[in-house]
Amino acid sequence: MSVLSVLRITLAKDLRMEWRSKDAINSMLFFALLVVVIFSFSFDLTADESRQIAGGLIWVALLFAAVVALNQTWARELRNQVLDAYRVSPAPAESLFLAKTIGNFLFVAILELLMTPLFIVFYNLRSIGPVYQLILASVLGNWALVVNGTFFGAMSIRTRSREVLLPLILFPISIPALLAMVGATTSTLTGEGSAHLSLVFLAVYDVVFTLLGLFLFETVLQAE
Amino acid sequence: MYLILGENGAGKSTLLRVIAGLIHPSHGKLAILDSGDLKTVRPQLGYMAHASMLYDELSGRENLAYFAALYGIRVQATGDRAMRTVGLDPELDRRVGQYSQGMRQRLSLARAILNDPRILLLDEPFSNVDIGSARDMTRLLGSMRDSGKTIFLVTHQPALLEGVADESVYMSAGRIVERVQHRASSATLQAAEAQP
Repeated sequence: MSVLSVLRITLAKDLRMEWRSKDAINSMLFFALLVVVIFSFSFDLTADESRQIAGGLIWVALLFAAVVALNQTWARELRNQVLDAYRVSPAPAESLFLAKTIGNFLFVAILELLMTPLFIVFYNLRSIGPVYQLILASVLGNWALVVNGTFFGAMSIRTRSREVLLPLILFPISIPALLAMVGATTSTLTGEGSAHLSLVFLAVYDVVFTLLGLFLFETVLQAE
Repeated sequence: MYLILGENGAGKSTLLRVIAGLIHPSHGKLAILDSGDLKTVRPQLGYMAHASMLYDELSGRENLAYFAALYGIRVQATGDRAMRTVGLDPELDRRVGQYSQGMRQRLSLARAILNDPRILLLDEPFSNVDIGSARDMTRLLGSMRDSGKTIFLVTHQPALLEGVADESVYMSAGRIVERVQHRASSATLQAAEAQP
């Protein structure tokens, strides 16, 4: 069986399970909503000030919310030891990694779509730079978060305090990507400076960590 | 069919997990079907653990369709056949989370035999199963043994497999301490089946 066929059925299975339970989406949405509301009431910002800080705020909210989804995605595989059924099968490990990453990417993308109007309303946001750069930063930044999160989520599932361990591993390694995401978003919103370098950095970061994940995932999956 | 017997903590489940490739042996080498490379043997193995290894959010049919696909089996009929073999209705549109423990055990066995494995590893398949269902499962396992499959079965209820098992392997503290050969045959199996 090919990597792509197992990827497709695993992704379809995960999306079906999420559609039925809505565990990840609901908890992510609730968390991100809280961050947006709390910060909007904590600061009394002008439109210019909002544009300056919104990039950082958006990505911190998404990063924390993504951790919730990343924990959920592997918790499902641990219940009833279902992951062992995958491990004893001849299915390629890369398919599982990619299916989980794409699934998480879609969940965070849905969150981004739902949160964008709220950010615009609560922070009075209007982009001065080209909007396509914001879309590009969202896509590349989202992938940077979930590709590492999925990999390190798999690494931490066998530990007792995995909910704590995942952010402890994920956040430091995501700092370079986070800086690029915030840089690209802020540059585009304010129209100051160029987002080009940050976007190129994010693209390279995504490629490097995706390849590393694919290369190392079988070892992580088959670890005891 | 090998029965693996012993007290709690004797290493029975660990032995099965080692054979399934879920744990690396602390020392020694593992060779299955004349191969030391477990990757090549995986399609020939079926494994049923203590836990159901099933998704609670999916129906029985959806679970089996997914696990069959992991073995490259994309035919719905294969999963349906496995469900019927263990006495479950494939049309049952209920999520596994709502199944009784006995039904989960049966579905778990169906998952383990989906790929028609040459070697079947079963960890306490009769736990939480009523006596009638356990006898049904015994008949099924007997027929699988007769068809040439090798079965390693960990159980605390060896009496259920009397006349079906070929050998009992007793374990203690991670070691095989005794092996007892039985003389099981199709005839004795049929005699066992005939018992009420």
